[in-house]
Amino acid sequence: MLKILIAVVRRDLLLAWRRRADVFTTLAFFIIVASLFPLGVGPEPNLLRTMAPGVLWVSALLATLLSVTRLFAADYADGTLEQMLLSTEPLTLIVLGKVTAYWLVTGLPLVLLAPLLGVQFDLPQGAIGVLSLSLALGTPALSLLGGIGAALTLGLRGGGVLLALLILPLYVPILIFGAGAVGADAAGLGAGAHLLLLAACFLSALAVSPWATAAALRISME
Amino acid sequence: MTSSGKALSEKLPEFSGGINWFKYASPQTFYPLAGRLIPLFGWPALVLTVVGLYISFFVAPTDATQGESYRIIFIHVPAAWMSMVIYLAMAFWCAVGLIFNTRLSFMMSQALAPTGAIWTFVALWTGALWGKPTWGAWWVWDARLTSELILLFLYLGYMALVAAIDDPRRADRAGAVVALVGAINVPIIYFSVTWWNTLHQGASVSVTSAPKMASIMLTGMLIMALAAWAYSVSVVLVRVRAIMLERERNSDWVADRVAQLVESHR
Repeated sequence: MLKILIAVVRRDLLLAWRRRADVFTTLAFFIIVASLFPLGVGPEPNLLRTMAPGVLWVSALLATLLSVTRLFAADYADGTLEQMLLSTEPLTLIVLGKVTAYWLVTGLPLVLLAPLLGVQFDLPQGAIGVLSLSLALGTPALSLLGGIGAALTLGLRGGGVLLALLILPLYVPILIFGAGAVGADAAGLGAGAHLLLLAACFLSALAVSPWATAAALRISME
Repeated sequence: MTSSGKALSEKLPEFSGGINWFKYASPQTFYPLAGRLIPLFGWPALVLTVVGLYISFFVAPTDATQGESYRIIFIHVPAAWMSMVIYLAMAFWCAVGLIFNTRLSFMMSQALAPTGAIWTFVALWTGALWGKPTWGAWWVWDARLTSELILLFLYLGYMALVAAIDDPRRADRAGAVVALVGAINVPIIYFSVTWWNTLHQGASVSVTSAPKMASIMLTGMLIMALAAWAYSVSVVLVRVRAIMLERERNSDWVADRVAQLVESHR
């Protein structure tokens, strides 16, 4: 069981390593979107400080949305996905492996880069720590839920826009708890409750979405 | 899928209790039944709307605190109720369709979606009209408003996905997955939005703490709610009949129906 998971993760990481440009596009998108906000609302430090958690979270969310279409697209195009569906190994595990690799490639860099952007927005040090922690808990959930959408819209015309319509509403709780954690910390309330709820979101996404994604893949490939 | 339905009910005689529960799971048998049901709901919808609107505009007294503007609740509250009930019904039919593999269930949920989306839109629109004189703003980021807006997005996402897939079988099932994942998420979204709101705004306007309603107002609202139910049922049945004809256009029973129609108009 674990072997197939590790094999899928390894394969996808290797593929991502061979095509590094894709990873950097997502990261660059994240940074550029986050940097556009100060240009739009003005350089007032207090305003930026209160906005930072929301801005960074929304940027992370959009970056996920932009890249998650690629989760199954390449395997779908070259027929690998069909082989995966035919394999005797459980599809949910394969899906979980693919999502894990996807998160390692796109989610983890966002988490690591967020403190830097937090400094750009003049966030206090404590808040930066909470922000990274909230992103570390929240981005896996974003990847997992995004997987459902990516599987459903596989090979459809206008898939990207459709994907946004499908999964952005589902991202609302994660966005609220994630950005809320930083806000609560700044307000002196402590981020504990928000982070626990975020972890709950992550765990329930982990419990439900691999199955939903596998079902969606079977539907799309029928 | 009458054949698979029959097989299942034959295997489970004690479950079906001698009645064939799957009889109306086939478009062929459901089509005439739906046709007979439409007037049974359509006319009550019309009568109840007229009575309900009369009560709401001419019988119900002016509200002491909100003046005349409160009268919007006679449309707003039933619309908000229907928007949520219809989403649940949609998810229910999607689950039934996935479990029993009945294509009529998917047609039902596809017929329900536009009506649900319209009710959601009406609830948001009338809410804005009510909010302006009462709260002084067309829109506030109140928990209820926000979750209703997200509900509208869920409806739109479902409809967009179903419309984007050409193969009806894939469209049915993909839509069902979205509707069910959305249904699991609706309570989570609602609670998250509630907590988000209380954290940010503290004490804000709340519908729950409104003064107790006079009983004639409640009567008017309940009649309007019944009218909304009857309207939704009849409209959904009309739509599901159209979907059945469109989807089954290559089958014998549709050809027979059309032949009959042509005959009767000759």
